[in-house]
Amino acid sequence: MTNLATLTRVRMQLALRNKMFFFFSVVMPLGFFFLYAGVFAKSDPHAVSFFLGPVLALNVMGSFWGLSATLVMYREQGILRRFHVAPVSSADMLASSVLANFVLTLPTVLVILSLARFAFHVQNFGNLLALILFVCVGTVAFGSLGLVVASITNTMQETQVINQILWLPLIFLSGATMPLAYLPKVVQGFSNYLPATYLVTGLQQATFFSKHVTDLWVYFLALVAWAVLSFFVAAQLFRWEPETKVPKNGKLWAAATVIPFLVLGIWLHGNGKMLAEAQAAYTAISKSSAPSAEQPKN
Amino acid sequence: MANPILQVENLVKRYGDLEAVRGVSFSVEEGEVFGLLGPNGAGKTSTIEVLEGLRVADGGRVSVCGFDPVRNPTELKREIGAALQFTSLPDKLKVTEALRLFSSFYNRGRQPEELLKRFGLEEKRNAFYSQLSGGQKQRLALAMALVNDPKVLFLDEPTAGLDPQVRREIYDIVEELKHEKKTIVLTTHYIEEAERLCDRVAIVDHGKVIAQGTPRELKQTSANISRVEVRLAKPASNGALKTLDGVVDARELGGAYVLHCQRTAPAIVALVKHLEAEGNELVSLEIATPSLEDVFIELTGRRLRD
Repeated sequence: MTNLATLTRVRMQLALRNKMFFFFSVVMPLGFFFLYAGVFAKSDPHAVSFFLGPVLALNVMGSFWGLSATLVMYREQGILRRFHVAPVSSADMLASSVLANFVLTLPTVLVILSLARFAFHVQNFGNLLALILFVCVGTVAFGSLGLVVASITNTMQETQVINQILWLPLIFLSGATMPLAYLPKVVQGFSNYLPATYLVTGLQQATFFSKHVTDLWVYFLALVAWAVLSFFVAAQLFRWEPETKVPKNGKLWAAATVIPFLVLGIWLHGNGKMLAEAQAAYTAISKSSAPSAEQPKN
Repeated sequence: MANPILQVENLVKRYGDLEAVRGVSFSVEEGEVFGLLGPNGAGKTSTIEVLEGLRVADGGRVSVCGFDPVRNPTELKREIGAALQFTSLPDKLKVTEALRLFSSFYNRGRQPEELLKRFGLEEKRNAFYSQLSGGQKQRLALAMALVNDPKVLFLDEPTAGLDPQVRREIYDIVEELKHEKKTIVLTTHYIEEAERLCDRVAIVDHGKVIAQGTPRELKQTSANISRVEVRLAKPASNGALKTLDGVVDARELGGAYVLHCQRTAPAIVALVKHLEAEGNELVSLEIATPSLEDVFIELTGRRLRD
């Protein structure tokens, strides 16, 4: 346990000295927040609270990016093997990645909530417990996605390519940027299979409609299951040595982590529950302030 | 051997089709400095990394401080310290942070402050790892290898790539540790390093130990061999020199000719006669006692660094 504690502390220090981390974890989420709250929501508190879920989701989802890049860099440069020759386990290494990222993500969440409260006069954050739980599980889950990416890529270039491929659909097809209700039917159908949609919808329902976790348990448990599965797979595929390549069945293992969303996706696609909830939020905001929900076509 | 702290029996390590280590055996006593000497690619690093628990052997038996690296990796790692051939740390990690972090992984050890002082890193305590010179990085690597006051210290090519002055600094540090009776296993392709630092040496080539003993013993096995270095007035052909009575091998080296002789006296007589017949003249002649380099040449027919 002490290994995990000291590793987490040092890795937090290192992240804070990293300009890239600062950009992705602080500047970018806050930029999104001001874009949504100031431009799209035209500073209307009700509209801002509609965008709170998507903005927090974007903040939380960015976790996998820096986490995978750092881990792959440590492996490529032979930093991991120096830890390996000390009594440090792969679980210590992986868990400290997720934990350091978790602790460092929370301040930005607090800054966004404070800005919403004091600069944009959002009086009500909905169900606070549900909000906290979704932020926590989301941060851990997307952090674990970063571990999986690191485990199935051999070089930094590969990692960045995979990150790009994952990032774009996660933010554009999940309701994190453009509201789901606003997207074409085909995309809406596809969004049922994206983990990001579960996080965005869960957060938005919690903040905008004050829903309890008990109402949102499907989304919550899906993310929990995904986090656990991803961490397990990343631990199975963990490599200390720069020259050890991804095992042949590695990509298969990584693909297996999406099983919760495949199963639930078929179910939710069938009954249309998640889309209906996203639609309800969009309808509510469109009625109260029709012009402000207007999205740029792109 | 009374009670070796480290034992290697018939170690085999393969990478795909390449058999890097092909049945290496040796053992190390407590308090001994043991060297694996051989050219690059001989299998030294593979051997030492199996002992450190970084790589898994494909055959043979290994025991370090009574632990098997595969069955008890954590227990083994608590007892050992290692400076890897290429140590790397995060760029933005400070020197003191590195020492504190790594000492936190063990429940005993030396104070990071003491190590900073000892390795001359006090001034660099708040420097980032990326700001250190090669020599400072290597001193930090050695300091980090000592944070747990290890029972066995592994040094993989501790001076490779360092300039001569830094190399001498590292020698001083290792000699100091030797005086403290620390058990050290080091690999090197520098003859000087092996002769100067090691109590015993195993000469490794193509994944096998081809000779083993104290530097003195090893040289005595080649005692009947002597090295005669001659300078001649006119160039001579190596081929002709090689066929002389008593000469095993001849080669040109920086304007001089180095003859490895089985029987020194008859070889010199033959040489002088040969030069007379060729109309050549002897400028200088030096008879050297054999070095480990000569032992290596005798055993492998090659120089250590070709």
